[in-house]
Amino acid sequence: MILFSNNTSSRSNTDRYFSWGLRVLSLLAASLLVLVLGFILRESWMALTQVGLSRFFTDSGWFPTEHSYEITPMISGTLLAAWGSILLAAPLGILSAVFCHFYAPPILGLWYRRMIELLAGIPSVVFGFWGLVVLVPLIAAWQPPGPSLLGGILILTLMIIPTIMLIAHSSISQVPTTYINNATALGLSRWAVIWRIVLPASRVGLLTGIFLGLARAMGETMAILMVCGNVIQYPSHIFDPIRTLTANIALEMAYALDQHRSALFISGLLLMVLVIIFVSIAEVLRHKTPYVVAK
Amino acid sequence: MAALTFLRPFLSLSLLVGFISLFELFGVWPLAQAQEGNLVITGSSTMAPLLLEIGKRFETRHPGTRIDVQTGGSSRGIADVVNGLADIGMASRTLNPQEKHLHGTVIARDGIGMILHTSNPIQELTNSQIVAIYTGRIKNWQQVGGHNAPITVVNKAQGRSTLKLFLQYLKLSTRDIQAHVVIGDNEQGIKTVAGNPNAIGYVSIGTAQYDASHGISIHLLPLQHIPASVETVRAGTFPLSRPLTLITKSTPTGLTKNFIHFAQSPEVHDLILQQYFVPLQH
Repeated sequence: MILFSNNTSSRSNTDRYFSWGLRVLSLLAASLLVLVLGFILRESWMALTQVGLSRFFTDSGWFPTEHSYEITPMISGTLLAAWGSILLAAPLGILSAVFCHFYAPPILGLWYRRMIELLAGIPSVVFGFWGLVVLVPLIAAWQPPGPSLLGGILILTLMIIPTIMLIAHSSISQVPTTYINNATALGLSRWAVIWRIVLPASRVGLLTGIFLGLARAMGETMAILMVCGNVIQYPSHIFDPIRTLTANIALEMAYALDQHRSALFISGLLLMVLVIIFVSIAEVLRHKTPYVVAK
Repeated sequence: MAALTFLRPFLSLSLLVGFISLFELFGVWPLAQAQEGNLVITGSSTMAPLLLEIGKRFETRHPGTRIDVQTGGSSRGIADVVNGLADIGMASRTLNPQEKHLHGTVIARDGIGMILHTSNPIQELTNSQIVAIYTGRIKNWQQVGGHNAPITVVNKAQGRSTLKLFLQYLKLSTRDIQAHVVIGDNEQGIKTVAGNPNAIGYVSIGTAQYDASHGISIHLLPLQHIPASVETVRAGTFPLSRPLTLITKSTPTGLTKNFIHFAQSPEVHDLILQQYFVPLQH
């Protein structure tokens, strides 16, 4: 808490300058978010006043050139793709973290982690391109048309496994060794130690990882645009194409004018609201967890 | 540290928003007054990216001039020229009879071709067959003489001029279309059709012809027995094509004349090709 000068132990001038510098920088970072929100609100104001928020949920489809702006199929598309990928990526990510820390020989574990870190660095458009030329034709040969909710879920899973795995790994490593040693001394098997002691004790970190992954999945644009088919509908099964809020913005923004353009900012606004809701849920869950590991 | 973790989910989102705000910066300049050394061009969103590039090149060749390009649709371009708000209008459609008194110069043509996967044996589709496929009345290639396989309909996103021209040509509305895949740019459409033997799509002929001759597994369909090629688009005989016209109130003079001449000259053919349009030969 550098905000209060009486909390800084040092009284030297250098420290004082440094702490002021930090304050200014954090203020800048925080105001950026406020600015972005304000900007989106300003740009969507035209749609909010001329069309009204309720019509975005009650219109008979998204036909912006005919002034019809139903946005709910795209909200469902975003949520389905993001949660679907979490269902796959969360167990995979957490289990690979467990493997890495408890089962793998140190060298293998280290290289495995390096590899996952590399996976995190691959640009999303590369994932999307790979999905478009490899994954989608594979799905098309199995269940046409190919670009589908499934394609989106698989690509997003690849993209968020690193986030979940790396955060899970660092929080698993923070579980105090005394817990593990005591449990082993009591004669528990390795799996029992992991399942009963380590995972519950690192629950905060695991949840944080999952929600960060979820937020990334919801904000992903280029990859999802290339593999999801972008048809505006409620999918009846996993092979149906969907359109997400982000894809909607990226597809139409370059050519949108006036009200249509403003309506696209509503897509962005809703996406932002969804992300804020999930981040808040994550914060609430954190404080409810009975096990808090000292940082 | 806590603040950082909280911000991380917004990072990808704020990048997207930053991208959009760039659009904002360049998209809505206030309408400048027409002056000496300064040209205001408004109209078709299809032509705006091309004219922006031509304008930049013109500005470097003629220091002191400023070319201001704004979009708003062909009709706005024509209206602005009539009302004196713009020096030049961009129209990507043929002029209505009541607009015939304006002076128009065609600088390029835009053509759209239907594409199929190379393994698809269909060699021609009639307009009514295309309408039936795009409205979901024909769902299997067998119904038009092909393999027994479900058709994957590839459509363009709303607001794209290619979609507008396609709909106009087939006399359809956006609500009638039953698509399986919606795509953004031409390359994405070509990749989608090349990756799915049962897909049908439509893209700019320039791009399709280039890709088809460079080993991408797509082929272009003729329309009304006229082969889809850059040559038929240039000649104006291909039915699904349109002229890209610069409109002025009367016969252009001075800077306006210079600019229109420049936009017609071979010096900008590379820019026209970059936008997948077909330059005219002079």
